[in-house]
Amino acid sequence: MLRVEHLAVRGLAPISFELPAGRCLVVEGPSGSGKTSLLRALADLDPVEGFIFLDGAERREVPGPEWRRLMRYAASEPAWWGATPRSHFAPDAETDRLLAALGLSRAMLDQPVAELSTGERQRLALARAVADGPRILLLDEPTASLDAKSAALVEALIVGQLQAGVGVVLVTHDGAQARRLGHFALQLDNGTTGAGDPGHRPTLVTNAEGQSCQS
Amino acid sequence: MNGAIMNGYVALSYLDLAIAALLVLLNGALSIVFRLGLERTLLLATVRMVVQLGAVGFVLKFIFAQTSPLWTLALALVMVAIAGREVWARQTTPFRGWWAYGLGTATLLFVGTLATGFAVGLLIAPEPWYGPRFILPILGMMLGNTLTGVSLALETLTTIARRERAAIEARIALGSPRMEALSGAMRQAMKTGTLPIINAMAAAGIVSLPGMMTGQILAGIDPVEATKYQLLIMFLLAGATALAVLLATLAGVHLLTDERHRLRLDRLHLRSDL
Repeated sequence: MLRVEHLAVRGLAPISFELPAGRCLVVEGPSGSGKTSLLRALADLDPVEGFIFLDGAERREVPGPEWRRLMRYAASEPAWWGATPRSHFAPDAETDRLLAALGLSRAMLDQPVAELSTGERQRLALARAVADGPRILLLDEPTASLDAKSAALVEALIVGQLQAGVGVVLVTHDGAQARRLGHFALQLDNGTTGAGDPGHRPTLVTNAEGQSCQS
Repeated sequence: MNGAIMNGYVALSYLDLAIAALLVLLNGALSIVFRLGLERTLLLATVRMVVQLGAVGFVLKFIFAQTSPLWTLALALVMVAIAGREVWARQTTPFRGWWAYGLGTATLLFVGTLATGFAVGLLIAPEPWYGPRFILPILGMMLGNTLTGVSLALETLTTIARRERAAIEARIALGSPRMEALSGAMRQAMKTGTLPIINAMAAAGIVSLPGMMTGQILAGIDPVEATKYQLLIMFLLAGATALAVLLATLAGVHLLTDERHRLRLDRLHLRSDL
């Protein structure tokens, strides 16, 4: 279970919410509203005030690398440090299973990254992100550059992760996808009109299950 | 022309210097004939050189005459401070705050002291050990070379960290500790920092006759003896540069990241911000 208290993401009013295991929180808002900043803050990639508890442990009690093994951020534009995807994966059966589930071939692991399509790179990055079994997935537009068929495979993978008890924080511009996957929604775009407003005021709305998460 | 020969060494008269200085006029004539517009710059550079080198000559003469450990130490510290400033001045994106200057200076102070102490204290072992005639020139050579290595290593490290930010943060997001996430940048930085001294060793004696050896030969030292001194210096430079590059790169990685293993490019600033 993920609990966030007064997280002061830049340009946003402090954010608090709870996300039970196996649930999906959809973060919505226009470009520049701080969705990516929120995901980066949860992964502790930027210094941000406030508290994040994962299964009871606050992030400051957990070494940074260990925290990010549990709270896995997948950027909207994945980056690669090796010439081919191979060096980014552990050579195990889980990798093969994930590639197959996402409609990718093992041969792609040895192709130069630059020669892969944007959609292939995005799916490879998702496989890379879930391969070592994180507790929470922070996904930044995971289907943005995918065709309908590939997007469906990615959604199926996310559903599988949720069923396995992984919590998901999902940034998406696709309203239908948000309704299909989201149990909760975090709006980053309302209450911004008043002059002198410190920033976008986030609100958390619950879905039909009626679980309140706003503190 | 009319130099007095003492111990194989031929002293120059001021008349010799004045005649040699006429050669600078050739440079000025070139500028005037081809309208290069460099006359003023040339004049200024020439006057600066004469004043600066003259001043250094008199300062060294004064300090050599004292043979006092305090005076030697004072000049050594001034040299380290100037070399440290030079490291900072050569960075496109220096660190913010005190570390901008402290990183290079601390590295050079440590490595310069170690290498000079090793050379003068153990190998050359002059009497007295604090004789400025040995300590200061050797420290100067150590600083000159290690500052090049440290500048290049830090510049490479920060340049790659800025250019490869997305890939480095991808590794961090996947749970890599900072040393692992920056391993590619570190390797490249250390390689770039140590290559000049390796190239200098390979070229020594064929492409270039090192300055110190040339100087000793001109001063009447047996060429084989001068070679031995030069080899000692080159070995010291290789070791000192490697150590300085390693320390500066490790310190640079720690400054570029924080205790949470985040990449902190906000700790750098572009020269244009100054």
